[in-house]
Amino acid sequence: MKKNVAQEEAFDTSEKLKRFFKRWTGPALVAIVLLGLWETLSRYYDAYLILPPPSSVAEYLWYAIADGTLPGAVLVTLKRLFVGYLIGIALGIPLGMLCAKLKVFRDTLGLLAMGLQALPSVCWVPLAMLWFGQTEKAMLFVVVMGTVWSLIIATQHGVNSIPPIYVRAAETMGSKGMHTWIHVILPAAFPNILGGMKQGWAFAWRSLMAAEIYVVILTGFGLGQLLHYGRELMEMSQVIGVMCVVIAIGLLADKLLFSPWENFLRKKWGITND
Amino acid sequence: MSVHKELENVAPSKLSVRGVNKVFHGAQGKTVALEDINLKVDEGEFVCLVGPSGCGKSTLLNLIAGLDKPTSGKILMDDKPITGPGRDRMVMFQEHALFPWLDVMGNVLFGLKLKPNLTNPERREVAKFYIHLVGLEKFMHASIHELSGGMRQRVALARALAPNPRILLMDETFGALDALTREQLYGELQDIWQKRRKTIVFVTHNIREAVCLGDRVILFSPHPGRIAREFKIDSLKRPRDINDPDLTNYASTITAALKQHIGGSVAE
Ligand SMILES: Nc1ncnc2c1ncn2[C@@H]1O[C@H](COP(=O)(O)OP(=O)(O)OP(=O)(O)O)[C@@H](O)[C@H]1O
Ligand SMILES: [Mg+2]
Repeated sequence: MKKNVAQEEAFDTSEKLKRFFKRWTGPALVAIVLLGLWETLSRYYDAYLILPPPSSVAEYLWYAIADGTLPGAVLVTLKRLFVGYLIGIALGIPLGMLCAKLKVFRDTLGLLAMGLQALPSVCWVPLAMLWFGQTEKAMLFVVVMGTVWSLIIATQHGVNSIPPIYVRAAETMGSKGMHTWIHVILPAAFPNILGGMKQGWAFAWRSLMAAEIYVVILTGFGLGQLLHYGRELMEMSQVIGVMCVVIAIGLLADKLLFSPWENFLRKKWGITND
Repeated sequence: MSVHKELENVAPSKLSVRGVNKVFHGAQGKTVALEDINLKVDEGEFVCLVGPSGCGKSTLLNLIAGLDKPTSGKILMDDKPITGPGRDRMVMFQEHALFPWLDVMGNVLFGLKLKPNLTNPERREVAKFYIHLVGLEKFMHASIHELSGGMRQRVALARALAPNPRILLMDETFGALDALTREQLYGELQDIWQKRRKTIVFVTHNIREAVCLGDRVILFSPHPGRIAREFKIDSLKRPRDINDPDLTNYASTITAALKQHIGGSVAE
């Protein structure tokens, strides 16, 4: 019996590997061909100032990682992003719950959130400068503004669209007040809240990049600033290298932060949230 | 040992509904859902409420559950007025109302976790007992959406039984199931009812189902919802089989009576 299970597992992994290769061989080949083409053309036309070849981008990345500027900038940026994002969630979910529950909040904060969510969050940058100056607080403010409105709206909508039967069933089992909120209403609204979290993340990430490119903050040198100086110094390989890192972080965040939750949704609700 | 004690049968309760009226003020104006309902249910009795759609069966069940209050009149449980929902009366709703974010175990544990004086391992043991009772031990950790309709209703039954209520309120619980699964569940429910000694109020619009399960069948008529007649089902032995010809005869009598009252819009 045990042997059987082990065999099955072995079969499973080899099957998975096979599938992995089948899935990725095509895209990998295309990528290699395109990169090769780019490399040859860029060298042929000697276009280092306009579009440097991938090898020189790779070279930049290599040195920037080795001397610590790139990891340092990634850390600074991610710290701003995460702290701001968490504050945004911590504010957005309770405020969204209030909006769902109380008409006073729905008619004031709820409407405000609706309006402000339509404002591209880059537009907060000038205001943040005026209020906070060139400080970390300004960066945080921009990220929080990117996150919080999406979460308020998603939470409010999620809570209001829960089937009322869940709450009634919970009541008969002796649940009330905060217990109902934490164990019934929030989990029931979770598919919607997750949607808001994804949207908030995308808004926060974009607005933080804009803010970092736009404003120099002396207390920390983020990815956006690296990009900015790449332009100032006409270092095209730096500009493209940093762009690659920004893309990679975006993709990784999606995988690491949201995939587990989406799998949870798929497993429990049987829904896909794409 | 506390688990043993927890799993012992509790004494079933009696119910007394006295002069209950329920009026809703909805979008289309005033609806009299229930008018002057008087009903007594004995300890351990299995009562079925039948009647066409909209005659207030679910409304009455919600009032007994304490999820809603009567406009006038009183509902007493063991001579004490019902003031709100309570673990002594568990409800199985028309839709199963299981929580999709919890697995089978989590759903059955939900009510137990709110019950004081039990440790968590004891709660798990009690939950396992009821999951076994409804025959789902292989699906302890399955997600709700992976289960068939019949299995979901079994989970809902286990969840309702787990806090060991004195009264079980069931609202068209088997309505959405196919005939075969339903027949199987009739057997299981009668079996559990006898083993666990509960007072059961069971709502259905299927008269054969009511005759198969109930000690008594109460006929409701609509607009406004009233009790039209009641039938004692005392000549049929338990466990009853829905395909038993005697039972079918009984059901036809009641259907005929119901047609007289409301002019025939009822499923037999
Ligand atoms: N919350 C409510 N607001 C307004 N009217 C309601 C409400 N709940 C029920 N009603 C009305 O009360 C009447 C009785 O409804 P109820 O749900 O009790 O019927 P029922 O006998 O359970 O019907 P069914 O067999 O279709 O489930 C209906 O006319 C319905 O429209
Ligand atoms: Mg109903």
